[in-house]
Amino acid sequence: MNELLKVPTMAEYMAQGKQPEVLFWVGCSGSFDDRAKKITKAFVKILNQAKVDFAVLGTEESCTGDPAKRAGNEFLFQMQAVTNIEVLNAYEVKKIVTACPHCFNTIKNEYPQLGGQYEVMHHTQFLKSLLEEGKLTIAGGQYKGKRITFHDPCYLGRANNVYEAPRDLIRKLEAELVEMKNCKSKGLCCGAGGAQMFKDAEKGDKEVNVERTEQAIEVKPDIIAAGCPFCNTMMTDGVKAKDKEAEVDVMDIAELIANAQDL
Amino acid sequence: MSIIPNILFAIILIAGIGYFTLNVKKLVRNIKLGRDVDVSDNTPIRWKNMTRIALGQSKMVKRPIAGFLHIIVYVGFVIINIEVLEIIIDGLFGTHRIFSGLGTLYGVLIGTFEVLALLVFVSVTLFWIRRNIIKLQRFWKSEMKGWPKADGNIILYFEMVLMALFLVMNATDVHFQDMQNGNVISQFIAPLFNNFSQATLHIIERSAWWLHIIGILVFLNYLYFSKHLHILLAFPNTYYGKVKPKGELDNLESVTKEVMMMMDPNADPFATPPENESAEEEIVKFGASDVQDLNWVQLLNAYTCTECGRCTSECPANQTGKKLSPRKIMMDTRDRLEEVGKNIDANKGVLNDDGKQLLGDYITTEELWACTSCNACVEACPVSIDPLSIIIDMRRYLVMEQSAAPAELNNMMTNIENNGAPWPYNQMDRLNWKDE
Repeated sequence: MNELLKVPTMAEYMAQGKQPEVLFWVGCSGSFDDRAKKITKAFVKILNQAKVDFAVLGTEESCTGDPAKRAGNEFLFQMQAVTNIEVLNAYEVKKIVTACPHCFNTIKNEYPQLGGQYEVMHHTQFLKSLLEEGKLTIAGGQYKGKRITFHDPCYLGRANNVYEAPRDLIRKLEAELVEMKNCKSKGLCCGAGGAQMFKDAEKGDKEVNVERTEQAIEVKPDIIAAGCPFCNTMMTDGVKAKDKEAEVDVMDIAELIANAQDL
Repeated sequence: MSIIPNILFAIILIAGIGYFTLNVKKLVRNIKLGRDVDVSDNTPIRWKNMTRIALGQSKMVKRPIAGFLHIIVYVGFVIINIEVLEIIIDGLFGTHRIFSGLGTLYGVLIGTFEVLALLVFVSVTLFWIRRNIIKLQRFWKSEMKGWPKADGNIILYFEMVLMALFLVMNATDVHFQDMQNGNVISQFIAPLFNNFSQATLHIIERSAWWLHIIGILVFLNYLYFSKHLHILLAFPNTYYGKVKPKGELDNLESVTKEVMMMMDPNADPFATPPENESAEEEIVKFGASDVQDLNWVQLLNAYTCTECGRCTSECPANQTGKKLSPRKIMMDTRDRLEEVGKNIDANKGVLNDDGKQLLGDYITTEELWACTSCNACVEACPVSIDPLSIIIDMRRYLVMEQSAAPAELNNMMTNIENNGAPWPYNQMDRLNWKDE
């Protein structure tokens, strides 16, 4: 199946003297993390299926600097940002889509002041726009009638007020969307943001991801849907900690759509 | 007729307002100890935010019970204060109920005030019960011991007493009761005083009148020392509050300068800066270790915080038992700022190094590193306070000035520096997933 994946790079496009409609910013997690790579591939399958004219930076991509900035290393962040912006501007990138809300937030909000002006979309927004343009159809498939709860990533939801795009996609799967006690603007963090992903948590009674997973399990879902590779990891760990792997899957929305279409 | 009471009244009024003005000046001076920040942008949005959030209480009602009760107290308190105008005129000129000539309109006004006074009294009592009997968790966190707890209750007692005095004043005012106009609540209190002589009634009425106005002036001056300052500062605070997306952290200009110089192949890092610049340019500290390193909006935030604890109760770190409490971050900032202000007052306008700072002496690194930057606290605050910005500024100081990040974060940052990813993978392997 993998041979079917078409993943052109910006360099290849440039060599042909062409410019893709959109740049897919894969992100560090989507490039290196085994679980997140599946999300990346699922999203690419959808892009291929919908015949989207896209490219990736590949080896020219680098960390956006989000975890460095939030850990307080503004210097490292700006070094990363300026380098990335130089690459993006050299390719005259106009539109970016990413499956990582942290990359989304950083490129959308923090790059413009440093000279990087792009139209940035989260992959759920992009998929919704494909749907609206008729380039993509979503049918329920294996998820028809399943109970799905959506965990709002902080950097998509509260940080940028994107709540509806992922939910609209879940509804299109003909699934039953159930909301947790804390959802949308009151969503509870998965515990990974603000560079927490890369360190142990401070002393407390509980891990944040366990608390959040308990809230999810409370609504008895078949699937916990996520829209962020970090949330995905945290919720997967939470489900393991609660010994619920047999009953509950943690899936990215791109994976749900790709699976439903048997891509 | 003696004019001594009128003179006394004028003295009390001037003293009350005078002392308040003095404290407001101190407040403004302290807030201006912060770094300057440009907030002249987005004026229409800022006005809209202030109207919606402070005037319209839109965020208070996210918690319906507290929100509803708060609106009653807020509306009641603002409207009843119209009555103060009459009290001041009566007090200064020795008149009695100068506006009663308005007839029916007067009745409608005072009647409204009386109803509101009763509603405020009931709401405040319910607030007291929530705090002290139901013991709502957020009012019993570790930072709410001592003065913060007492302050919360004192405010409630003040309001109970002021409302009661207003109603007693009306109930014992024979002249007012005779008018049969506007005494919608006080008429039911009046019978309590049935067997009192005219003279006693008059004394009670005058006492209630004096205590009511003195109480208002004392309460006004209590504000500066109390979390209740929010009734004034909520307005500027929501106006100057963040208008950018919550996820957008500010861009440190001082760092940009350095980065641009490093990236510029033509820049000579050892070049002597041009004459006119070097003298002006002071060495800027990266991040914040004390209140003066924060910007004045962050300091305004600290004075505006009313310690309601909605931020802390939404904070994922706090919910899972970590030391971080966004409310405590704000309270610490205010406490330290007050301490710095007092130091300046005591040393004739200059700050004498007291060997203390916000970081370490008030806020610990454990609290700072527990934050997930999820913005739940920012979202929850009913008056647009941004505790996250202070946390990030202090992390910046720890990382860029002190190299004091936790070891794992240092690893992460070294990886980004060397490999362009927070993990130790080679940048050349970034597209390997395509063929796996």
